[in-house]
Amino acid sequence: MSLLEVDNVTLKFGGVTAVDHVSFEVEEGEVFALVGPNGAGKSTLFNLVSRFYDPVEGDIRFRGESLLKRKAHEVAACGIARTFQNIELFEHASVLQNLLVGRHTHRATNLVSELLFLPSVRKAERAHREAVEKVIDFLDLQAFRDKTIAGLPYGVRKVVEMGRALALEPKLLLLDEPASGLSTEETQDVAFWIEDIKTQMGVTVLMVEHDMHPSRRSATG
Amino acid sequence: MLTLQLLVSGLANGCVYGLIALGFVLIYKATEAVNFAQGDFMMLGAFVALAFANDDWAGLSFWIAAPLAMIVMGVFGYLVDMAILRRMFGQSQIAVVILTIALGFVLRFAAGFVFGHEPVSLKSPMAGQEVRFGGLVLGLDEVSIIVVTVALTMLLWLVFARTRLGVAMQAASQNQLAAYYMGIPVKRIHSLTWALSGVVAAIAGILFASKGSIDPSTGLLGIKAFAASVIGGLGSLPGALIGGLIVGLIEPFASYYLAAGYSQIAPYLLLFLVLVFRPHGILAQIHAKKV
Amino acid sequence: MRTLFKTSYDFDIRLVKHAGHALWYGLLVLFALAVPLLFDVFLIGEATSLLIWSIGGMGLMILVGQAGQESLGHAAFLAVGCYANTILQDRMGLPFLLALPLAGLISGFAGVLLALPTARLHGIYLAIATLAVSMLVEDVIILAEPVTGGVGGLVAPTISIFGVEFDRYAAPGRFYYLVLAVTILVVFAYLNLLRSPLGRAFAAVRDSEISARAMGVDIARAKATAFGLSTAITGLCGALMGHFAGVFNHESFTLITSIQMLMMVVIGGLGTIHGAFFGAAVVVLLPQAIVFARDFIGSFTGAGSVAVPGLEAAIFGVILVLFILFEPLGIYGRWIKTRTFFDLFPFYRKSMFRRQKSYLKTERMR
Repeated sequence: MSLLEVDNVTLKFGGVTAVDHVSFEVEEGEVFALVGPNGAGKSTLFNLVSRFYDPVEGDIRFRGESLLKRKAHEVAACGIARTFQNIELFEHASVLQNLLVGRHTHRATNLVSELLFLPSVRKAERAHREAVEKVIDFLDLQAFRDKTIAGLPYGVRKVVEMGRALALEPKLLLLDEPASGLSTEETQDVAFWIEDIKTQMGVTVLMVEHDMHPSRRSATG
Repeated sequence: MLTLQLLVSGLANGCVYGLIALGFVLIYKATEAVNFAQGDFMMLGAFVALAFANDDWAGLSFWIAAPLAMIVMGVFGYLVDMAILRRMFGQSQIAVVILTIALGFVLRFAAGFVFGHEPVSLKSPMAGQEVRFGGLVLGLDEVSIIVVTVALTMLLWLVFARTRLGVAMQAASQNQLAAYYMGIPVKRIHSLTWALSGVVAAIAGILFASKGSIDPSTGLLGIKAFAASVIGGLGSLPGALIGGLIVGLIEPFASYYLAAGYSQIAPYLLLFLVLVFRPHGILAQIHAKKV
Repeated sequence: MRTLFKTSYDFDIRLVKHAGHALWYGLLVLFALAVPLLFDVFLIGEATSLLIWSIGGMGLMILVGQAGQESLGHAAFLAVGCYANTILQDRMGLPFLLALPLAGLISGFAGVLLALPTARLHGIYLAIATLAVSMLVEDVIILAEPVTGGVGGLVAPTISIFGVEFDRYAAPGRFYYLVLAVTILVVFAYLNLLRSPLGRAFAAVRDSEISARAMGVDIARAKATAFGLSTAITGLCGALMGHFAGVFNHESFTLITSIQMLMMVVIGGLGTIHGAFFGAAVVVLLPQAIVFARDFIGSFTGAGSVAVPGLEAAIFGVILVLFILFEPLGIYGRWIKTRTFFDLFPFYRKSMFRRQKSYLKTERMR
């Protein structure tokens, strides 16, 4: 059984068919790249997996279970994290807080205990922060830890967004053009990180690129 | 016959709301800002016309005073944008909402300070005249409001759809940056829009003040007019008129058929229901955000 | 400038970050406790009023500043809290200690009820929907005369806790302490919210709904929680307001009050607890300042102190316009800038706090 199965999926916006009977399977532990020109419907596929759109036809299965039964906010809890093509970070929060939002699916405390900040909440907070600091170490974000997103350069934001997705501890990571707009060096960094994400963290990666170079370096399938 | 009377007075009231709503929509359509002071603009327009026309002030003829008031309010709108709104460029919509509410407070105070708080009416050739359609007797003031509103809505719609200015206005709102790149003077377009909505406010004010009386708090009518434009669909000119008419018609009928107190609720209840069930109004223009 | 060397995760969790914090906020609390000993009845009343408005300000701040949902209808929830509190004590005979939290809960529940159908609305549309609710509640109060006393209004009972009376006039100091206790509880809850997952979920909803959803935040639920929490605190404020005013009717909670509350948090500084207090200070002190200024000018011109209708609202409006134009971060923002200036002297640069230039795109026809 594949980790993610996209099975004969079709999506139409009005009269335009954005995705036409697409099928592919992503195996556990691989880096799977979707490559194609702009407007080919790659990001739309991501949005389908994220459940932002409903396909008119076909099925999307994650670990054998149909995702179509889930709502958009339940997809993350299944273990699927993603980044966005046009960076969607929480602009007025710090890098640390952004990454901590990535831990939301691991939230086990409730409203009342959080307002009183009971010991259980403190304990959970420590655990969240430990997990997030690991991601910060992994992606070399220490220098930007307490900075507000609004003041950060593009390249760093791109990395923060990847970090936020990693903080979720996903099984499957969806990267929407992780190297677009980055310099050659930054692109290389991203390629190495993707490699490490696969080998060290054991996370399966599905990525979208419109040009072949970065994906050729890291894709295995 | 009673129904017909209610209908006409409702239509006339609705047209006043529609006129104020047109001002809202104009600014929203072209600049993405919401001018909560539009009602106060109308109030101010009415007072300016009154200052030109009434005998205890300048005492000019109505036909000179009305265009003068329109020009003054146009310039006023232009200046408000230039002095205040232009500095808000790129700030959130809600900041503009709060800002214009505050502006409304200031205008209300200024008008009260200059013109006093007693209700006054405009010396107008429309007041007290009657028009006969067959057996039907209607007030000239009400008929002229309806005629002017419909004509103005069509005119503005044509401006937006057909003229270079209108297209530039739409471009400026759809994507400010891209509009800049295309050589559209976005800032001047914004100021012109505010000027235009100042003129519309003056027209609304003149018509309103010839129909009844005005005082500085008349501007609060703007809230009802805003409800009207939301019901019709913010951003749609015909929507503004339709919304205005709906609110205008609901009031007399609700107060006739419902117990006192309940009729006041009706427009706001409708507003709330429209927002819940058709969030972007009857003539909706909003689509989901793309990722 | 202070540099913190963080050695454990608790450094980021702790409320008191360093010794300076402890010192200054400790002094502030001491001062707040000493107010009834230092000042006369009038000033104690003003201080009480400031605290009550701050509670309401914090309530609205959670919604607007933390969760990014604008409300132009919070006066409605002041009303719910105020009427619920009085009715629970007068009609049901509940003691104040039960009635106050219950009033908060009822108001919070009303907020959730409002949030559920309006979850799809954003920005100005939400503001309009809440505005409609504010207008509706005003009229409903008049219509529901058997319960609310209609236009005549209600009289708030004297608070009695275990036989001790907390009357605003008979025992202003005691009433002040009561309000102060509620204020401190609310501040504490607010601070905890900021450092817990829920507070971050609010920030996520505020800044980007789309990626909040991708991170597993249930938007509708987060919004409803924000509304409930915000309106519950606002309800507490309303209840205390009722006791403070003594008599109230529908005119105590108009749309103007809603607008004033929103302006208050904007002037104070959006998204900060300090902002709620600064904003409340402006609301409470402004009328006094106007009276003072009028008497002052009157003493020169001999014109006497004639009340000018609408003057207060107009001055409030001018202050707000000036703040939005020149200091969008509010009084708290000004304070931070001033502090940074001295911290970094002489290396402060104006551009340190410059807003990034942004361009609007339409919400329609995308």
